[in-house]
Amino acid sequence: MTNMKTITELREAYLAGTYTPTEAIHAFTEVLKEHEKEVHAFLEVFDDLLEQAAEAEKVLKEHGAESPVLTGIPLAIKNNILIKGKKATASSKILAEYTASYDATIISKLKAAGAIFVGATNLDEFAMGSSTENSAFGPTKNPHDERRVPGGSSGGSAAAVAMGAVPAALGTDTGGSIRQPASYCGLVGYKPTYGAVSRFGLIAMGSSLDQAGPLTNSVADAELIHSIISGSDELDMTTISPDTYAEVPLKQTYTFGVPRDFLGSGVDADVMECFESQIEALKAAGHSVVDVELPLLEQGLAAYYVVMPAEVSSNLARFDGMRYGTRGKGEDLLDDYLAARAEGFGAEVKRRILLGTYVLSAGYYDAYYGKAEAVRVMMREELNKAFKTVDAIMLPTAPTPAFTFGSQEDPLSMYKQDIFTVPVNLTGVPAISIPMGTVQRDEKALPVGVQYIAPHGGDQRLFDIGKRTYDETR
Amino acid sequence: MTKEEILHLGTLSRIRLSEAEAEKLHTEIDSILAYVSQVNDIAASGDLTKKTGAVHNVFRVDEVAATTNATADELIAAFPEKKGRFLRVKKILDND
Repeated sequence: MTNMKTITELREAYLAGTYTPTEAIHAFTEVLKEHEKEVHAFLEVFDDLLEQAAEAEKVLKEHGAESPVLTGIPLAIKNNILIKGKKATASSKILAEYTASYDATIISKLKAAGAIFVGATNLDEFAMGSSTENSAFGPTKNPHDERRVPGGSSGGSAAAVAMGAVPAALGTDTGGSIRQPASYCGLVGYKPTYGAVSRFGLIAMGSSLDQAGPLTNSVADAELIHSIISGSDELDMTTISPDTYAEVPLKQTYTFGVPRDFLGSGVDADVMECFESQIEALKAAGHSVVDVELPLLEQGLAAYYVVMPAEVSSNLARFDGMRYGTRGKGEDLLDDYLAARAEGFGAEVKRRILLGTYVLSAGYYDAYYGKAEAVRVMMREELNKAFKTVDAIMLPTAPTPAFTFGSQEDPLSMYKQDIFTVPVNLTGVPAISIPMGTVQRDEKALPVGVQYIAPHGGDQRLFDIGKRTYDETR
Repeated sequence: MTKEEILHLGTLSRIRLSEAEAEKLHTEIDSILAYVSQVNDIAASGDLTKKTGAVHNVFRVDEVAATTNATADELIAAFPEKKGRFLRVKKILDND
């Protein structure tokens, strides 16, 4: 698949008859043979790929250009998304033996579109982390430099695309878990407007924050996947309809807002250089770039580390090893619970459950959760006000390129990697991370990404910006 | 926060913690709480009486409109311990 990195290219080649899904699966297997042992992007590679490819070929032969748009396209799926009959572990020991009994809505939609699921990708346990180091089944490495993390929590999905195994993968994003690994691995990563994509069949982390989205090599591919998986769903009452938000129009030239104060410290100098040249490129293309003041964005991280653990502690209460997962072995029923969760959860998951239990406990609820929710409302207002004068906000996706394994031992310093991505989830707006160049570390060129943020419902505007600034300039 | 409080949180969250875990968590959670406490100051600077209506309840008619494609048999098959079609758990009532 060396010269065919995008879904669009594969589709054209399939329709022209110059390449087949079977060849794509062989190419996938070759890439795995070469890189997977070192990278460890996958928790499981499915065993029916050639059958699926043969089936796809039949469909293509019979229906040609009328075949569903993803017919025979290999996709990798983050292992916190349920595929019926396949293990859904969320990279946790407590779900190590759990097999999904139903499809997530987004999986049903991708199946109907003809995609071939090649395997389940690694993640930080229950999507909690920014490096994929928290997986109970071992870390994933960054294909650009195997001494470095791929980012997280969708690190396996990012690595699978970056090493050339698949043209696209699905991830989930609660605080940056699609965008940050996309930045670290040189990919396009998309976090939709909250509610645009059904969360039914996703293993929930923070229900008011989680969204699923694609990691791809082009913005057009991200748009294609999003168009397939989005839409309201009776099984997820938080999904939105097309008229939930006012129309966010496409424009010939856009005004981009840069929250300069927010970038004051903590961003690596060469990442800032890439960001500045991105700004110059936008100006050269006729767009305007202005400064905006968004003082609350910087403080969003504090609100995030109240809201997210609170929702984590509630959502993960269901994992007790009783009806599915791994049963704890104790003296009595309570002891079974205590044992299942003590043995089944890793350190980061325990930390967040405890933190969430604390901030939700009687006497502290108002001081933490109540206040954090109030901050979210304030952040939303501040952003909406900014969007009266600018069409999109731009920031580096992460303050640094991919870091080395074990270099972020202190939880708080790890959490600060997400400072530019969490405000997006807290406010529910859409955002895209697009490669903006590379920086040198230890004689390796490491990719870094720029993040564009649009108003609620502005998903199409982000694809428009992305296609014009990235796809069409390569 | 004390180590005892951490152990109590462990019980509330149904997670058994070792002494060593509680010791480590107590320092980590203390430093995270110190950091997140700034939400109080931020919220104090805003007008909290105003709500933007970002969140509202969504109801549907109380009839089966959509179901998962999972069957009871498939869900039962996932039970780690069972007797026939029943989920097996330790007894919760003492008859002695």
